[in-house]
Amino acid sequence: MSTENSTSTLSREDLARLVAADIAPGSYVNLGIGQPTKVSDHLRADQQVTLHTENGMLGMGPEAHGEDIDEELINAGKIPVTERPGASYFHQADSFAIMRGGHLDVCVLGAFQVSAAGDLANWSTGAPDAIPAVGGAMDLAIGAKQVFVMMSLFAKDGTPKIVADCTYPLTGLACVSRVYTDHGVFLVDHGEDGPSVTLREAHGMSPHEVADRLDFPLTLPAENG
Amino acid sequence: MTEFVDTAAEAVARVQDGSTVLLGGFGNAGQPMELIDALLESGTTGLTVVSNNAGQGDRGLALLIKERRVRKVICSFPRQSDSWHFDEAYRAGDIELELVPQGNLAERLRAAGAGIGAFFTPTGYGTTLAEGKETREIDGRHYVLEHPIRGDVALIKAHTADDAGNLLYRKTARNFGPVMATAAAHTVVQVQQRVPVGSIDPEHVVTPGIYVDTVTALGADPARPEGQPENHPQEAKHA
Repeated sequence: MSTENSTSTLSREDLARLVAADIAPGSYVNLGIGQPTKVSDHLRADQQVTLHTENGMLGMGPEAHGEDIDEELINAGKIPVTERPGASYFHQADSFAIMRGGHLDVCVLGAFQVSAAGDLANWSTGAPDAIPAVGGAMDLAIGAKQVFVMMSLFAKDGTPKIVADCTYPLTGLACVSRVYTDHGVFLVDHGEDGPSVTLREAHGMSPHEVADRLDFPLTLPAENG
Repeated sequence: MTEFVDTAAEAVARVQDGSTVLLGGFGNAGQPMELIDALLESGTTGLTVVSNNAGQGDRGLALLIKERRVRKVICSFPRQSDSWHFDEAYRAGDIELELVPQGNLAERLRAAGAGIGAFFTPTGYGTTLAEGKETREIDGRHYVLEHPIRGDVALIKAHTADDAGNLLYRKTARNFGPVMATAAAHTVVQVQQRVPVGSIDPEHVVTPGIYVDTVTALGADPARPEGQPENHPQEAKHA
């Protein structure tokens, strides 16, 4: 499935499978709350990926059920989880040093919008009556070596969520490396000549149809790709 | 020197009206529920609370906010599916909120405990949470100047304390405990068990007793009737 265009869109499950397959063996990975959590279901044991949770643990295992539930062993979404052999616990300053210090290989986050420069907006809709909450989003965005975003390409009103400039409040500047969407996978290159976005593969639309719907220049996959 | 007191009420006696209280916990994990209950009983009010969340459900910090004992909360993630008491107080204009990215919250506490005047961090640069703050470009990267957060009192939860005040924590309940213990003028800890010196291997101490002022041992956690968390009690037996 990976790196090939297809005529149908990707389901959330397909997307989680695609992200999991793209994570390099041996990586240390943080999966954001919500849709990114699904990625863990598709990581193979032989990938030897170690999961980080920002409330203070490396080597997080799957969600806990029944007798395994322990209210002192939870993930960043406050869901009871389990520990894998080789797990470790550490305090909050150390946990965020792991991110900010560039030790984490990949984090996978949801988003409201991503800009063509790789800016991320995922913590607030900016609605005046909303109660704000940011958690670790801003630290994750600027900390991991690679930031993968999982989201739908279009909002419910049909407007694209990859945009020339974000209109939602920003989480971080020029921090996104890839965007996995139902209609395709986008690679953000932060080169010295300025940022550029390349469509790696399209789903449910042709690459040209995807480009036509976006309001910034999109590099299309090579025709023979 | 660490003092040991018999009750949670004695342990929180240092908290006064208007105190800045560093409150451990991420969600309910590591939240010192019994100390908070004692604080509720004591009637202290006008508190500034520094904590990751702003209370969930009908326990702990949520009840302090419900009873309007908290004037201001400094936290990273107040809004949750079950943060109804905070939501109500906030919408009524009864509580002030300073929203801080979680890593900045931890590092500002760490800076306070480590005697750092302020620090440059990349987190939040270019966002509304850095508005009005000093910025600097260092080696081509942009940073925001952030200042320490000090507490008058820290209230935290650990699993085991020895007579010298050395602490062991349990799993993800550790979270803010070790950092907050360093950042307050007076650190109060509730633990499940107190053990004699020598029971904890010095190589395993997480928070050294120099940071710990007052400890109250509550005995077995009623939420865990079996009372046998897997890791640390064995250590106490082996030593």
